Amino acid sequence: MSSSSARKKLPPGAVILKAGSTVQTETGSWRSLKPVIDEKKCTGCGLCWLYCPDTAISKDKPPKIDYKYCKGCGICASECPVEAIIMVAEEEK
Amino acid sequence: MSCRSDNNGGRGRKVKKFITGNEAAAIGAKLARVKVISAYPITPQTVIVEKLSEFVANGELDAEYMKVESEHSALSACIGAAATGVRTYTATSSQGLMLMSEIMFVASGLRLPIVMTNVNRSLSAPLSIWCDQQDSIAVRDSGWIQLYCENNQEIIDSTIQAFRIAEETLLPVMVCFDGYILSHTTEPVDIPEQDEVDKFLPPYKYPYPLDPEHPVTIGAVGVPDFYEEFRYMLQEAVLESRGKILEVGQAFSKQFGREHGLIECYRSDDAEVLLLTMGSLSGSVKEMVDEYRDHGERIGLVKVRAFRPFPAKELVKALSNAKAVAILEKDFSPGSTGALFSDLSGAFANAKKSPLLLNFICGLGGRDVSVIQIREAAKAAMEAAKTGEVKETVRWLGLRETMVGLKL
Repeated sequence: MSSSSARKKLPPGAVILKAGSTVQTETGSWRSLKPVIDEKKCTGCGLCWLYCPDTAISKDKPPKIDYKYCKGCGICASECPVEAIIMVAEEEK
Repeated sequence: MSCRSDNNGGRGRKVKKFITGNEAAAIGAKLARVKVISAYPITPQTVIVEKLSEFVANGELDAEYMKVESEHSALSACIGAAATGVRTYTATSSQGLMLMSEIMFVASGLRLPIVMTNVNRSLSAPLSIWCDQQDSIAVRDSGWIQLYCENNQEIIDSTIQAFRIAEETLLPVMVCFDGYILSHTTEPVDIPEQDEVDKFLPPYKYPYPLDPEHPVTIGAVGVPDFYEEFRYMLQEAVLESRGKILEVGQAFSKQFGREHGLIECYRSDDAEVLLLTMGSLSGSVKEMVDEYRDHGERIGLVKVRAFRPFPAKELVKALSNAKAVAILEKDFSPGSTGALFSDLSGAFANAKKSPLLLNFICGLGGRDVSVIQIREAAKAAMEAAKTGEVKETVRWLGLRETMVGLKL
């Protein structure tokens, strides 16, 4: 839901009729820890892509992280079998 | 406003069956062709869902019957089912309703037209399984429409109507009736024919069903920028449901010959003193009204059928010509008054003319409300009407005063 729709009458029960509207909410700002990929260690197994709850990781070798949506939950770092992803404090960059 | 002088009205059917209130609710749900029933089958559940499980098991009703592990889950399952767009039903009572209460707010907030029967029974502690209306009163703010029934005929009629009211307002509806007094009591009931009910209640079509082909989001976050608007829309919908309850009641009356409105007025037109009740107590009060009328006393009854939405306008109109009104109710809000009394007081705020209002708390935890008690309330109201003064605004009928230390 975005403020731009405030001029229209809302559907009852807060139903969102448009599919995929989540992309409007850029959740990257929620992050306090940021995943950083060590490209040399990455084997391209794709587990981080599979586990990311925000579909913010691409299925590439090395994968790309979309920081506009990554909340910094750390699941990718936790699941990476070769410890190629580390979480660093957001301020340190 | 539905004002009439008796409850038999209209054409009537040829055959009446002797059934309990529980059976009336179950048959009503069956006639409505519910598609999903979700219920917790253990205490404080009633025979309603047992009866429905039999209907499903023996092929009389084509429905998905979900036995779940708690009332919290029962209503949660109903929400999921209703969101897919099917007609959904559950039933509970007392502690079960309390466990559901969290999810009740979700059902109304999501505007899912679920119908639930609540058999009115008291709340612990002390542990009690008997009748009063504290359970449904405790969830009056949950955003559900609440209809209260006087007898078993009203149970079956209101259950059928509840689905149409729910589906045409996108609001959940609770049909409430008194535990034991109606739930376990057999009365002659005119059971509508299936084809007639089908005409009255066409197949249900929810406007925003969960469907992978046409995805929608149900249950999104309402951030501060939006929450208040959705709450206002809920308030507006519940207020406007007054018109729908009347409209559905009229359509039902046209087809089945029995009238149901927001309130019912019984010998109230010229009354100086009125009693106000909700539920099965209304039947006893009608008898007493007849007795007083035989002795020339101008006394009458107004019965509240819809407690939510609260029929404020209708009640002010029906009560404002009386000198005193005695509100008898089987609930109270600790530290305040009875719920019906406080709502009615609010309804009379800023009114040009208001009768004296007397509140009588009675029949808690299955205590029988005797004719003597009803007369006591009527006499107090008659006294107030005569003197223009109310001695005690809130009184507890049948309270043994020595036992609570009021008297030595």
